Amino acid sequence: MLSPESLKKIDLAVAKYPADQKQSAVMAALTVAQDEKGHLSTEVMDFVAGYLGMPPIAVYEVASFYAMYDLKKPGKYKLCICTNLPCALSGAEHAAEHLKKRLGIDWNETTADGRFTLKEGECFGACGDAPVMLVNNKTMLSFMSPEKIDGWIRELK
Amino acid sequence: MSLDYGPDAIVMKGLDGDNWRLADYAKRGGYSALKKVLAEKIPPETIVADLKKSALRGRGGAGFPTGLKWSFMPRQFPGAKYLVCNSDEGEPGTFKDRDILRYDPHALIEGMVIGAYAMGIGTGYNYIHGEIWDVYERCEEALAEARAAGYIGKNVLGSGFSFELYNHHGYGAYICGEETALLESLEGKKGLPRFKPPFPASYGLYGKPTTINNTETFASVPWIVNHGADAFLALGRPNNGGTKIFSVTGHVARPGNYEVKLGTPFAKLLEMAGGMRGGRKLKAVIPGGSSMPVLPADIMLKTDMDYDSIAKAGSMLGSGAVIVMDETTCMVKALERLSYFYFEESCGQCTPCREGTGWLYRMVNRIEHGQGRNEDLDLLVNVADNIAGRTICALGDAAALPVKSFIQHFRAEFQHHIDHKRCMTTEPGYSTRPTLPQREAA
Repeated sequence: MLSPESLKKIDLAVAKYPADQKQSAVMAALTVAQDEKGHLSTEVMDFVAGYLGMPPIAVYEVASFYAMYDLKKPGKYKLCICTNLPCALSGAEHAAEHLKKRLGIDWNETTADGRFTLKEGECFGACGDAPVMLVNNKTMLSFMSPEKIDGWIRELK
Repeated sequence: MSLDYGPDAIVMKGLDGDNWRLADYAKRGGYSALKKVLAEKIPPETIVADLKKSALRGRGGAGFPTGLKWSFMPRQFPGAKYLVCNSDEGEPGTFKDRDILRYDPHALIEGMVIGAYAMGIGTGYNYIHGEIWDVYERCEEALAEARAAGYIGKNVLGSGFSFELYNHHGYGAYICGEETALLESLEGKKGLPRFKPPFPASYGLYGKPTTINNTETFASVPWIVNHGADAFLALGRPNNGGTKIFSVTGHVARPGNYEVKLGTPFAKLLEMAGGMRGGRKLKAVIPGGSSMPVLPADIMLKTDMDYDSIAKAGSMLGSGAVIVMDETTCMVKALERLSYFYFEESCGQCTPCREGTGWLYRMVNRIEHGQGRNEDLDLLVNVADNIAGRTICALGDAAALPVKSFIQHFRAEFQHHIDHKRCMTTEPGYSTRPTLPQREAA
């Protein structure tokens, strides 16, 4: 189900916790699994449950509670813009509007070619660089201006 | 790179953005506090007593005295005890811990090892906000460096004291910044806050005694050990020891982190952040992160930045996130966004919060969209009052306080929205949030 590299990463996470507390590694394991598969299907979550000795429902609970896990397959690039107040005061809404027009989609939609999904995010803890955007959860882009956004969109093929 | 946190900086002093590695930290005198503690065999009780004297207060939001918290830990309790660092920094407006984690991770590690020694703890976890992945990876590297150098692990620096420390990442849940939700999350569950008591010092991670402090709190500890509690206290004010990193955002010329002595006037902090953007006039400030009451400009300009002064002015210092709004800001729209945030992030465990945050958001939404009703303002306050204090954790209060304070200080602006179905600020109403379906008025 998961590659040997992914399993190795999960094993490293498991080793951080007491031997009888493997469940503590579930967030790390789901992150690793999502990185490899693109999203968390029921099969993947069931596999993680088996691997960590957890009831599947306990894994579903975690996967559906934390906002950065994707239970449905997003586009190749998931763009998540923070529109919370500090970002909004520094132009997040204008950046979001620009991106919506540029991609022709609204929040929670994916472009027809499957490349981009647009999401509205809550505080990333980087308000000094506002407005900020996360690409595929792990790359943060800062000080978004329309020009910068256009540049990134060209780069993200 | 160059970084400037201001002339008062002690925690962030000497950082240039690239000198985060162990060798750089050692050059700045890093790990000397830990070496001193272990070489001189300073009694744990002395460290805790010094921290109390320093008047270091929790930098995460509640401002609880750190020394007192450490004294709650049952040192002699047999079996596992845990030390947890709350780096789940997601309070809108706050981004100071991110700078400590990425530019000075060893200061945090050193502070945690000293804390573990003082409380007789063998294992620690640093819970890092999932949205700052590159910072998490850097912290993993820093931990590996510290482990290789013998600052963590078995028999730290040959002292006989052992402490293991690990990083754990979140993945997008504001509520996990609440300490008991964070513990649940560390245990691999949904982040639902626990009822207190029992407090974590008696029933914490895996049901064991646990102490949880904020990143900045831990990072302040080495300086206190090196320079003494009196020196730290003298930097600030009585009951408000030391310096504090303020994250300044919004309508200022230079948003960023500034470390100043507690008690520094707000006007001075605003000046450090470059003053108002475009020379516009200050309208309002949320002085401690989005969960704290907003204050109008005239009150803020007379207020000093320390726990007690801000409390006296009618708000709270919180996490030190200073959100600055100028005269063009529509307060209805600003509150609409905050109310949406608490509605979105409520964990759903307590009915007053789960339902009430939705009611608050929908009401502010209809006022913003020109569908407000005359009774809405009193109803908003009523709903807020029925959430605050009636929930397991403080998220309910955090949702209620902005609503109450926005209406208290800017009631005329809300009333204008209801009466004229439009905004009274210079910039026209520009909410991009969808208009929500509303039920017919009774």
